[in-house]
Amino acid sequence: MADILGAEVDEEGFLVNLGDWNKEIAVEMAKSDDIDLSEEHWDVINFLRNYFEEYQIAPAVRVLTKAIGKQFGKEKGNSKYLYSLFPYGPGKQGCRFAGLPKPTGCI
Amino acid sequence: MATKKFMYLNRKAPYGTVYALESLEVVLIAAAFEQDVSLAFIDDGVYQIVKDQNTDGIGMKNFSKTYHALGDYDINQLFVSAESLKERGLSADDLMPLVYEDEDDDWAEKPSVKIVSNAELKELMSEQDVCLSF
Amino acid sequence: MLHTVNKSVFERNSLQSCLNTIDDSSVILLIEDGVISAAKHTKSALLADLAAAGRVFALQGDVEARGISSKLADNIKLVDYEGFVDLVVEHGTAVSWV
Repeated sequence: MADILGAEVDEEGFLVNLGDWNKEIAVEMAKSDDIDLSEEHWDVINFLRNYFEEYQIAPAVRVLTKAIGKQFGKEKGNSKYLYSLFPYGPGKQGCRFAGLPKPTGCI
Repeated sequence: MATKKFMYLNRKAPYGTVYALESLEVVLIAAAFEQDVSLAFIDDGVYQIVKDQNTDGIGMKNFSKTYHALGDYDINQLFVSAESLKERGLSADDLMPLVYEDEDDDWAEKPSVKIVSNAELKELMSEQDVCLSF
Repeated sequence: MLHTVNKSVFERNSLQSCLNTIDDSSVILLIEDGVISAAKHTKSALLADLAAAGRVFALQGDVEARGISSKLADNIKLVDYEGFVDLVVEHGTAVSWV
């Protein structure tokens, strides 16, 4: 079984035990995707983690986009901005870095 | 794609069977298709949105929290059978205060839950293109 | 005997079937969706006499999960998993009304 910094991950790189997550794991996951996590990345990652804590699901991209725009300004509330941060998809890649399961409805 | 009216009928209590969670997941997935979606809670289904659910003692995910996200998914018509509530000794105060933000009204928070009689529910169902029962 | 009922009284007739055949020394433990029968509502009368005799139990975790802790009918006794085991030990034969 593959692991990142000792935390078990599934075949798509998502954490098996959500409780294993820490910031170092996010940084390490990003590094292997050739991404240097910026403050803007962390805004989204933290948003995703808070959303999951509150609602027990990872938000759909549409919901995420709308909420990011509301919280961080209109210029950030679009998929172009979010894809510039997470080229493999803000849902899939963002949730993976955030230690969440794959978003419901994301195939 | 033409918009159709979808109604999800929720008839089972949560946790004892997987129906409630399955329905919720299907609703969230189907929300991506931007149809006109409503949920109806009848029979023991009303227990799905009763407040103060605490699953610590049974080691299952407390997915009652997820119903609060439905507003984000533009699902803001949750109909609850008045008769089903009454039969179970429940009232509106026993339900979670589920709300949505109305985009056309400066994001004002509005209640999503509406208690209706079975006669009203019958009317609502007859207006649907698709009814899915869980 | 210990009778466990895991279906809602509104959904199946397993509680009624259990009540039809239960003897004077048996107790009932409501688990899973069966705990809905422990709430105060239009079907509470079914269990009232037995509960008054201290012979109706409900599994606490299942009660709390369904948000009905504050809605219990009179004289229902809550037990945790250890209490469940004690009931099994004390009453010997267990019957599951699934």
